[in-house]
Amino acid sequence: MTANVVPALEVRNITKQFPGVLANDHISFTLLPGEIHAFLGENGAGKSTLMNILYGLYDPDEGEILINGKLAKIKNPADAIGLGLGMVHQEYALVDTLTVTENIILGTELRKGPVLNAKEASQRVRELSEQYGLAVPPDAIVGDLPVGVQQRVEILKALYRNVNMLILDEPTAVLTPQEADDLFRVMRELADQGKALIFITHKLREVREVADRITVLRRGKVVGDADPKTASEGQLAALMVGRDVVLKVDKTAANPGDVVLKVRNLNLRDDRGLTVLDDVSIDVHAGEVLGIAGVQGNGQTELVEAITGLQALPSGSIELLGKDITNRPPRSITEQGVAYIPEDRKGTGLVLGYSIRDNLVLSTYYKPPFTKGLTFNDPAIDENAKELIATFDVRTPSATTTAGSLSGGNQQKIIVAREFTRKNRLLIASQPTRGIDVGSIEFIHNQIIKQRDAGLAVLLVSAELDEVLALADRVAVMYHGKIVGILPIAEATRERVGLLMAGIQEQPNGK
Amino acid sequence: MANEQQAPAETKKTTEPQPSKRRFGWLNEAIVPLLAILTAVLIGAVIVFVSIPGNKLPTFDLNIYGSRSDWFFSTIPERLRVTLSAFTGLFSGAFGDWTKPSTIPVAISNTLVESTPYILAGLAVAVTFKAGLFNVGAEGQLLMGALGSVAVAAFMPQWFGVASLPAIIHLPAALLAGVIAGGLWGIIPGYLRAKTGAHEVITTIMLNYIALQVMDYLINGVMKDKSATLQRTPFIHENAALPRIISKATDPSLTGGQAYPRLFTTTSSTWDLRIHMGIVLAFLMVGFIWWLMNRTPKGFEIKTVGENPEAARYAGMSITGTVVGAMGLSGALAGLAGTSQVIGLEYNLKAVFSSGLGFDSLAIALLAKSNPIAIVPAALFWGALRTGAGAMQVNTGISINLIQIIQALVIMFIAADQIVRWIYRIKQAEGGKITFNRSWGK
Ligand SMILES: Nc1ncnc2c1ncn2[C@@H]1O[C@H](COP(=O)(O)OP(=O)(O)OP(=O)(O)O)[C@@H](O)[C@H]1O
Ligand SMILES: [Mg+2]
Repeated sequence: MTANVVPALEVRNITKQFPGVLANDHISFTLLPGEIHAFLGENGAGKSTLMNILYGLYDPDEGEILINGKLAKIKNPADAIGLGLGMVHQEYALVDTLTVTENIILGTELRKGPVLNAKEASQRVRELSEQYGLAVPPDAIVGDLPVGVQQRVEILKALYRNVNMLILDEPTAVLTPQEADDLFRVMRELADQGKALIFITHKLREVREVADRITVLRRGKVVGDADPKTASEGQLAALMVGRDVVLKVDKTAANPGDVVLKVRNLNLRDDRGLTVLDDVSIDVHAGEVLGIAGVQGNGQTELVEAITGLQALPSGSIELLGKDITNRPPRSITEQGVAYIPEDRKGTGLVLGYSIRDNLVLSTYYKPPFTKGLTFNDPAIDENAKELIATFDVRTPSATTTAGSLSGGNQQKIIVAREFTRKNRLLIASQPTRGIDVGSIEFIHNQIIKQRDAGLAVLLVSAELDEVLALADRVAVMYHGKIVGILPIAEATRERVGLLMAGIQEQPNGK
Repeated sequence: MANEQQAPAETKKTTEPQPSKRRFGWLNEAIVPLLAILTAVLIGAVIVFVSIPGNKLPTFDLNIYGSRSDWFFSTIPERLRVTLSAFTGLFSGAFGDWTKPSTIPVAISNTLVESTPYILAGLAVAVTFKAGLFNVGAEGQLLMGALGSVAVAAFMPQWFGVASLPAIIHLPAALLAGVIAGGLWGIIPGYLRAKTGAHEVITTIMLNYIALQVMDYLINGVMKDKSATLQRTPFIHENAALPRIISKATDPSLTGGQAYPRLFTTTSSTWDLRIHMGIVLAFLMVGFIWWLMNRTPKGFEIKTVGENPEAARYAGMSITGTVVGAMGLSGALAGLAGTSQVIGLEYNLKAVFSSGLGFDSLAIALLAKSNPIAIVPAALFWGALRTGAGAMQVNTGISINLIQIIQALVIMFIAADQIVRWIYRIKQAEGGKITFNRSWGK
């Protein structure tokens, strides 16, 4: 923040109004070369809107953008890239069937006469990836790569276009902890070589780890700056939300009752014949939270989908309250008292083009009071929406707003509201707080514990080890489709669970 | 969760509806289709202007380019006059020559008659668009509907060994037969799609050919009217016919001895109209589909499966049942279109029956963005173009192909709506960059 450095980017009084929402309210900030500037803020604070304006996807209603001290007009992403500003979106814009190199050079092909100069292009890709420590296999097909590597390809794509500023909007939401650490190393490397980075995340630990400076947004306004060296997580959380947030889940010891869910010997192979579920057996009791820890992609998704009837099972059995529900249709399982928060909020849990009101009855629309005789009973559906929006504090201009225009945290609240208000015996929550702000996490965690205390059996699946340890009464660890250990919470230390997650078996005689 | 400091902002936000979006919602939706039509018509006008055979009007020359020297010497005022007359011809063909009021009822009746099957078949396609399916099979379903209804309408008394059946039995039976035949022809591709994944575009196209061959076979075989020189079925029984609304009494000697019903009889040629009860059925169906899609759980399922099948499955809806149901409903509506043509208008089934009705219905559903209410104006527009085209050709010598050019341009502008938005500088709703659904016709 030295006075004589020309900022790479200066933003003055950016304002953006959406129907019923002032998403950005006179936002000003500067971005210096060589710094990692983190933006924090609740869901719906306006972070993505601001970045989309900088990247030319939205027009601001007011305000100006200066790049290297000069007024810039950014009408579309091509302008932004031309001015040296790149962005990596959460949903990557890669062509799955092309190679890494082809994806990177797409649209800016080096040519030798009319022919693509493939050799030189892949040479440049290799140079860049070495310069910044971004290891990618240049000739691999993008669709075959893990998410973390795809993200590197996105970053290389921007670097290939000679950007000196890079916006990363929630880059870690889909990464494993290992991949996230790699990303931070790359980010540091980029900053050290003079690039300016904007980094958005909801994970306070990450901010304090990598950021040089923090700007906090709340309800479209800049509410403060913070220094990551000195600010505590609690202080940051309070600044974001505008009140004190209890970061630790407040819960009493569990009081487990009878077995509600009994899963026995599930085995499953995928299309390629690889083992996805390997003889999985678990019990979940009424009044307890069984947490499933594990690096994503170790069979958790399939296990949950098998229980909810979305995944057909060739062998094994699943019982709910002593009744066999193996391979039953999803509706019949739901009707027997199973609530389910799916991991893919936008793709599975909601119909983004539908109103909040309709999403709130997505699984109960056909029953009274929502359907009366042959037709919908609108007053009941409206009343349901009004009540749940109030109880679950969904921030929205109206009940008829589409779910797709809400922020992630509010979308998740709709799902939670819908699932928790049925008469349930078993609650399955898969990645319930991914991409969600600390205030909403607190809320959703408290709701889950409330359900447990009301006597429900809870099966929690999360890639966040901290989340599992905070909520679970027992922790099961999955590795390569197998349950490799079940520990009572008192014995589940970060180290022990971490080792199990990495596939390192405990020796019977200790370590 | 909100503290005092936030509370005022919160209340302000929740009480603020979205006025502009709400009140003029339909206009927002309709603006692109309307501008697409306007643009297509303007381009049509330019085509007439540059290509007319200037000084030879009126003419019956079907070649819109005329001879080269005529084209070269035609003056600008002349061109303007002809261009204008093309469109007045089109208008008076569709809605009557308003300087001669006696031409109006017949013209409007013709337009409505032309539009009736478009409404029904357009609805049929719209239902499948809503479910995320692309039913190219309306043509075949319509033919099967026509076949089913003509079989019952022309032959049913014979099966029971009687001379005739009362209308109260015969007419509903004929309607039902058409609806069921069309419906079954829709269920087949629906079932194949849901159970085997066979894409409905491929299967419906194949079923169109099969329907055409089946019709050909029957009309030349067991269903052929032996006494007729044309390849056609016998005339249907008068008790199975949908009544005309108002017309002169028919001459039974021209219609196989049948005296077809009408609600009002007239002796004036001005009011001798072909419009029949099919249009009433079509409007009833518009209301029914609107009700089904917006007011009932079944419609909600169809829309959800179209918007996001993953979420539909998660919410416990049956994808198979919904896909089969939507295709069956679509087939039934297309079947009703064929039925109303046979028992309301033609009174028999000829080898040259449909002439692409089933394909035009795709365009109509696209133009109406699958909205059941909007199907009505879209179908009327299509019907008016078709009706007016004949008159235009007669009056100005401009080829009927002009209409096909306009229709093609309309479809192109609807499909590539970015062009229209760009021409008229209409901003897309922001956030529209996120594509929520994978379905057609929205
Ligand atoms: N295209 C849109 N149309 C209408 N409202 C929108 C649109 N995009 C965002 N909003 C609204 O603007 C506000 C800011 O949204 P934005 O996506 O910028 O939040 P965010 O800070 O990125 O949140 P998150 O942390 O959940 O990603 C929200 O209230 C959201 O509902
Ligand atoms: Mg965001």
